[in-house]
Amino acid sequence: MGFKTVFEDCDILVVGGGMGGTGAAYEARYWGRDLKIVVAEKANIDRSGAVAQGLYAINCYMGMQWDENQPEDHVRYARNDLMGLVREDLAYDMARHVDSTVHKFEEWGLPIMRDPENGRYLREGKWQIMIHGESYKPIVAEAAKKSADKIYNRIMVTHLLMDESKPNRVGGAIGFNVRTGDLHVFKAKTVIVGAGGASHIFKPRSVGEGMGRTWYAPWSSGSAYALPILAGAKMTQMENRIVLCRFKDGYGPVGAYFLHLKTYTQNAYGDEYESKWYDHTKELVGDYIDHHPTPTCLRNHAFIEETKAGRGPIHMVTKEAFQDPHKETVGWENFLGMTVGQAVVWASQDIDPKYTNPELTTSEPYVMGSHATCSGAWASGPEDLSPDEYYWGYNRMMTVEGLFGAGDALGGTAHAFSSGSFTEGRLAAKAAVKYIREHASEKIQVSEKQIEDRRKEIYQPMENYEVGRNEIVGGTVSPSYILPIHGLQRLEKIMDEYVGGIGANYMTNEPMLLRGLHLLATLHEDLEHIGAEDLHQLQRAWELKHRAITSECVTQHTLFRKETRWPGYYYRGDHMKLDDENWHALTLSHRDPESGEWTMEKAPVYHIVD
Amino acid sequence: MPTFVYMTKCDGCGHCVDICPSDIMHIDKTYRRAVNIEPNMCWECYACVKACPQNAIDVRGYADFAPLGHSVRVLREEEKGTISWKIKFRNGHEKNFVSPITTQPWGEKIPRLADLAEPSEEDLNSELLCYEPDALNTNVGLPVMDKSKFKQGVYY
Repeated sequence: MGFKTVFEDCDILVVGGGMGGTGAAYEARYWGRDLKIVVAEKANIDRSGAVAQGLYAINCYMGMQWDENQPEDHVRYARNDLMGLVREDLAYDMARHVDSTVHKFEEWGLPIMRDPENGRYLREGKWQIMIHGESYKPIVAEAAKKSADKIYNRIMVTHLLMDESKPNRVGGAIGFNVRTGDLHVFKAKTVIVGAGGASHIFKPRSVGEGMGRTWYAPWSSGSAYALPILAGAKMTQMENRIVLCRFKDGYGPVGAYFLHLKTYTQNAYGDEYESKWYDHTKELVGDYIDHHPTPTCLRNHAFIEETKAGRGPIHMVTKEAFQDPHKETVGWENFLGMTVGQAVVWASQDIDPKYTNPELTTSEPYVMGSHATCSGAWASGPEDLSPDEYYWGYNRMMTVEGLFGAGDALGGTAHAFSSGSFTEGRLAAKAAVKYIREHASEKIQVSEKQIEDRRKEIYQPMENYEVGRNEIVGGTVSPSYILPIHGLQRLEKIMDEYVGGIGANYMTNEPMLLRGLHLLATLHEDLEHIGAEDLHQLQRAWELKHRAITSECVTQHTLFRKETRWPGYYYRGDHMKLDDENWHALTLSHRDPESGEWTMEKAPVYHIVD
Repeated sequence: MPTFVYMTKCDGCGHCVDICPSDIMHIDKTYRRAVNIEPNMCWECYACVKACPQNAIDVRGYADFAPLGHSVRVLREEEKGTISWKIKFRNGHEKNFVSPITTQPWGEKIPRLADLAEPSEEDLNSELLCYEPDALNTNVGLPVMDKSKFKQGVYY
């Protein structure tokens, strides 16, 4: 195929220009004046990542200037919400810096609402502040554009490159331009992965035309995980998928409704239901049900059980709050600022929450490290905070040397959200500069062979299509290849049925997981025969490959943890109870890049504060 | 609610193609106008609708759950710093909302960090990020913890 090869040598390569990646590009320039900083973004940095559409709240702000919260409080909160298991060093570190990030956002022009009574940022809840964030992403993108030497839009990064002069060190990344088809080879001393988490690995509730209406963006293709996994980095807490309680069909967020508008839920018969499930939940998780606030998964659990008992749908009671015109405006603008689709659903179904209490649903599972869960790469913490097991020289560096992460890519840091992801990018960038300074004499070596091998692999789906297409008259059915949409739907079906999706009411067990792994292995074989008709389909093919490897990792982790730590996110039917004696630990996985074999281990949980 | 493009309004400028996060707005080779090539990978993020200078792109709710007869229209005005929404229900009711999108002239307050004084070696080895500790707006510096107090195991 007649595609050009474009080479770029740089010091810091940022893969993915979302909140984490823009934070990395920005901070890298401050510390690395003479360094070459390059961003490779799959879409257009002005509207990419999970915040492309905007946000109506910043969910992580301490408010230390008004003594509202301290980093210790954030650690307690995140730990409690994830049933005891987070990386408290990373959480504390993010939290102590996040306010400085938010203050800069406001200076740059992000409209943050103020409380008219005390002049402070208007709180939606204890951690959230309310913003008019339609242009949140273009604003932070501007900061990255003013810092980076070069931003490449429309580059689908498929693999990290490895340095051949030193084992287990990253040497850059490779991918293709989805518009021109050109191969892009980035040789880099350090790489910061700021790519996205994973939607569309579990079958979504919406079907057909609506399948893109997932809660997390459909372009979040698990690259945050696939890139490090394929490079041999250790991953953590990948079993800790998230299920969201959201407004039905549009997945409109409920945070502002619960916290600011003070709306509440009831079953189809108008009864409060959460308290009914208290004894039942206590049997599964013990004292965790008594913690305040109630962990999100346990509230999901009550929702799921109440629905299974035949008393659904669950409604959000909005009719009272929406009589107040201010609250009604907040309720609508909340969607328009970040989930327009929910406004469309309500308009189309004549649901005016002033007169109708809208339905809620629990979503299909997602895998991510930036919202309320903490799946991602196992990374070093900061020197001054981290115990020995958590520290190997550079903050936010993964177990592959020179490879850093932020946002969805980083494991253990729950409840970072947009501001925390940007902050993590900043932390990773500063550490990357330090790494470069301390390894100044070392040269990165990436052989022609490594590049050529990847080139062949990258374009293989187009060749598969070209050859196989000639065998058949037309249509989408070929005995030689499957199309990306075929593979995606098979993946979603496997994960749904065997790994705890909506079709199984989030239930799985060891036999199901083993069967799932077997089917995933055959899917991987078929993905060698995926066919791409054009460059757009080539992008879809690689997104699918990233999703498939992410899914395998999720399944391995789910198999390893023999307990149900987060009822409401998923259930191990063969180990239905939380088991602190054996599993108050973080799970780690490693996939051997040569053999594809997985090894699993436990890592200790360190608690910073009581 | 995937997007679609009105034939008579689109002039094929490609702004939507440039901005779409999902890479699904493409130029149709026959008509030289934009088209959504993959509606089932549309997140209804409205990035293309907001970017269209001709107001040629609209949204029709996803066929699997949204009945016809609704519309949610938007006008994003960067120079005014506002975004305006008009929601029309299937039953004809309307709601209108206007919100700010920025408090500053576009992009002007975002610094070029290369213009700041260069940080020292000592700063690089500290835990402080750019503009810290000042940007924390506290007088107590960056919070720290004594890591010898970290404990393993179950407790809290």
